[in-house]
Amino acid sequence: MDKLLEVENLTKTFALGSVLSRVKITAVDNVSFFIKPAEIFALAGESGCGKTTTARIIMGFEHATDGAIIHSDKKEAKNEKVWFTEGIQAIFQDPFGTFNPLRQVERYFFETIENYKLAKTKQEAVGRIDAKLRLVGLTYEDLAGKYPSEFSGGQLQRISIARALLTDPQLIIADEPVSMVDASLRMSIVNLFKKLRDELGVSVLYITHDLATAYYVCDRIAIMFRGDIVEMGTVEQVLMTPKHPYTQLLRASIPEADTAHRWQGEIKLSDTEQDEYLRQGCRFAGRCPHVMDICRTTPPPDFEVEGAHVSCHLYAETRSG
Amino acid sequence: MDNTILRTEALHAYYVLDVYGKQKILKAVNEVDLAIQEDEIYGIAGESGCGKTTLLKALAAAVEPPLRVMSGRVTYRIAGEDVDVAALTPEEKRKLRLEYIAYVPQGSMSVLNPVARIRDTYRDFIESHIGAHHKAEAYDLAKEHLTELGLPLKILDAYPHQLSGGMRQRVTIALATLLKPRIIIGDEPTTALDVVVQRGVVQLLKDVQRKLQNTIILVTHDMGVHANIANRIGIMYAGKIVEEGSTDKIFGDPEHPYTQYLINSLPKFGDKTPRESVPGSPPSLANLPPGCPFHPRCPHAKDICKQEMPGFTQVEANHRVACWLVGEGEHGQAA
Repeated sequence: MDKLLEVENLTKTFALGSVLSRVKITAVDNVSFFIKPAEIFALAGESGCGKTTTARIIMGFEHATDGAIIHSDKKEAKNEKVWFTEGIQAIFQDPFGTFNPLRQVERYFFETIENYKLAKTKQEAVGRIDAKLRLVGLTYEDLAGKYPSEFSGGQLQRISIARALLTDPQLIIADEPVSMVDASLRMSIVNLFKKLRDELGVSVLYITHDLATAYYVCDRIAIMFRGDIVEMGTVEQVLMTPKHPYTQLLRASIPEADTAHRWQGEIKLSDTEQDEYLRQGCRFAGRCPHVMDICRTTPPPDFEVEGAHVSCHLYAETRSG
Repeated sequence: MDNTILRTEALHAYYVLDVYGKQKILKAVNEVDLAIQEDEIYGIAGESGCGKTTLLKALAAAVEPPLRVMSGRVTYRIAGEDVDVAALTPEEKRKLRLEYIAYVPQGSMSVLNPVARIRDTYRDFIESHIGAHHKAEAYDLAKEHLTELGLPLKILDAYPHQLSGGMRQRVTIALATLLKPRIIIGDEPTTALDVVVQRGVVQLLKDVQRKLQNTIILVTHDMGVHANIANRIGIMYAGKIVEEGSTDKIFGDPEHPYTQYLINSLPKFGDKTPRESVPGSPPSLANLPPGCPFHPRCPHAKDICKQEMPGFTQVEANHRVACWLVGEGEHGQAA
């Protein structure tokens, strides 16, 4: 199968506390997945589940404790670093934090062009910037000489995307790109990812806790919980017929904007995060309604259930039987 | 019978700023008429910067410069009598807070004193509002209260940093309900939380409301939360309430074009049909367009929309809309 980027057995541990009371927390535990060309892949989960750490490792901001990240055409590129930064661009959560308020927005564009030597003359640079801005529904005119405070959050986020597109990347890593954007403008950003995938063949690693937009825009999804991928498959498989008890809980907790689907019953909230990270066996065992003895002692392996990957002991029979 | 517990009449609250000697006015609340009932959860929804938080400040009588109430009034119904909030002395306002009205502000997770145990924060609240108590007595009261709400007692001995965000949020809600207020105002109480935790916090709010039979005014931009707990919803746009109705009406049969966009842009499970955002950007409150503030973004805008703001048209009982498409409407009191 064609793979653009493959993440293999990625592990990252952080040490918490002082020398005497050191606790090791495995923020990302043996995570493997791959992203195909022209695909939107979602990495979803609650805060503290390791999704951002995984993205930071892919972007090279953190070093993995163990595991590998394999780029498809690494051999062709003359230099891995060049392929890497040209081929992977990032968009961050807070559009107001991305841009320095005292700097004109267009400076960021010219800086990227300079860094990658994408244009020889200023005119050529402006042409390239304008072309990328038009992809996100803006023009260079809208931007010239303006400061970040003159744009709304939604516009700034689109500007960030246009800047990321300058190098013609193959993969865009978007870390919670819509969580700080108003609900009324969210769709304009999310639709843009669809357009980039369909028209330019760009892949997007969409990191989010918002499963409703993930369902709307993504092809495949991986649900993370306390450092593990607990379920992975197409969005239809994972979100419409969730198999793992955690995915089921997550899915049931989403407030649906539909008065016909109100929440039913009550739920149990977690012990502290640290307890769950340090748990032996399945990390969800403390809250799982179907918990069995084996869950408390042995981490569940990966089972294939109706095409989706699920790590849960509940599905042990389907494999053997 | 009139069950209105909180009423605003033609409320205008502006931020009056002095920018390099020039006066700049932000019309954050621009003619709002509300009539909030006893024993209901009233949701206010709208984009950021539409004046939701300012409206709440005016409702909670927490107006401080540069915010000023320019005209109109806010009245509370206390023991059968209407009390004009503007006429209250600071001491009277302080008495009303927590006992009659509790305000859970945005980012309230960080209101807890980081160097005091939750127990001591509880004692502070109890001592200043119920009077001087013995330490032990205050502690018992706090324990009783937490048990009632179903929160673990061990949190009393914890410092805020030892609790998760969701637990801190629940503690602040618990504190706000300590004196059984008639009105609880929540400003984005679940925004920074994960979905599972959010559900727990909303569950707590709902339980509290059911027990106290009081009024909750809930501001959030998350329409999913509104769909789950609000009885009625007011949609706010550029300082005005543009549509108000029961939750089922707002979600099932919205009349204002802005509400229609807002509802239709929400992604749903099992439905991948393309969805559009509201076109354009929200207007600046310092420089509102004339007429209906939504007209620059409205696909149905007519000439009159550019000249005059429509009043409310009562589409049916409990559902009113301020839009020229629906009717001419009239300015005036909320039902």
